[in-house]
Amino acid sequence: MSAETMTKLDLKALITAVADKVAAHAEELTALDQAIGDGDHGLNMKRGFEAVRADADQIAAKPLPEALKAIGTKLVMTVGGASGPLFGTMFLALGKELPAELDRAGFATAFGKAIEAVAARGKSEVGQKTMLDVLYPVQATMAAGASGVEIVAAADAAAEKTVPMKASRGRASFLGDRSIDHMDPGARSVALLVRAVVETAGEDA
Amino acid sequence: MSNVGIVIVSHSPLVAEGTADMVRQMVGDEVPLAWCGGNGHGGLGTNVEAIMGAIDKAWSEAGVAILVDLGGAETNSEMAVEMIGEPRAAKIVICNAPIVEGAVMAATEASGGASLREVVATAHELSPA
Repeated sequence: MSAETMTKLDLKALITAVADKVAAHAEELTALDQAIGDGDHGLNMKRGFEAVRADADQIAAKPLPEALKAIGTKLVMTVGGASGPLFGTMFLALGKELPAELDRAGFATAFGKAIEAVAARGKSEVGQKTMLDVLYPVQATMAAGASGVEIVAAADAAAEKTVPMKASRGRASFLGDRSIDHMDPGARSVALLVRAVVETAGEDA
Repeated sequence: MSNVGIVIVSHSPLVAEGTADMVRQMVGDEVPLAWCGGNGHGGLGTNVEAIMGAIDKAWSEAGVAILVDLGGAETNSEMAVEMIGEPRAAKIVICNAPIVEGAVMAATEASGGASLREVVATAHELSPA
């Protein structure tokens, strides 16, 4: 993604695509969360991204870093649960870290820093059956120069890998061994967001 | 008021309000006190905007101690403190203590004019190291 290709129209299209994707999978996310969490993840994510969609014109009119911060703030305020601050922090930090001269490598580096901010917010690390288990592999694949299709495949594979994991952070960790054999809802959400972005932005993503 | 303020953040508005009732019974109106609970949409959960509002309501120049229940309450409280920003953020501490006992003990300490550091230390004594 370059600064030139990331036009205002693109950003609105991205917001729409992500909100559509989350809405289409809200029931699936909730079902995953009912298995190992408190069963509101799909509804919460949908509420958050619908709120972002409602402000899409206003957000898309801002410079990209400001737009990302606006998305993050909106998610923090509307998603609720622990997901609000976690997904919100990802966008807030990405907006903060984005370099002035935006190229793919610069984006990947900023994305890496944003993931660190999410890890700090959740006091979590890789392997604990969380959204981080998808974020890190996606960032690594992106940094290695993979294509959009490869990035989506990496995200889906990483979400699958959370199935046999035992949760050690978040509500699912209360379940101990019973958290095994279920995909982490947050991991699935990240994979869906990645897919929506790549499908919309194509190989520019 | 110069006493440290107490904020109670629970996933359940009933737990938060009930805890606040217990605190009031112990310390009366000597301590600025606010509570919030619920996801803002009628369900269980915590909500950053509501936490920021509760911090405002219980604000004291001596600082504010926040008592939380489950993990999401802590994460959302941290986010709220960050969004409030400096200089006030430096005077807000999220306590690592059981919510009911922590709130009552912290408020009792605060009602005697203790500093934020002392109030937080009293709450933390309730948690196993």
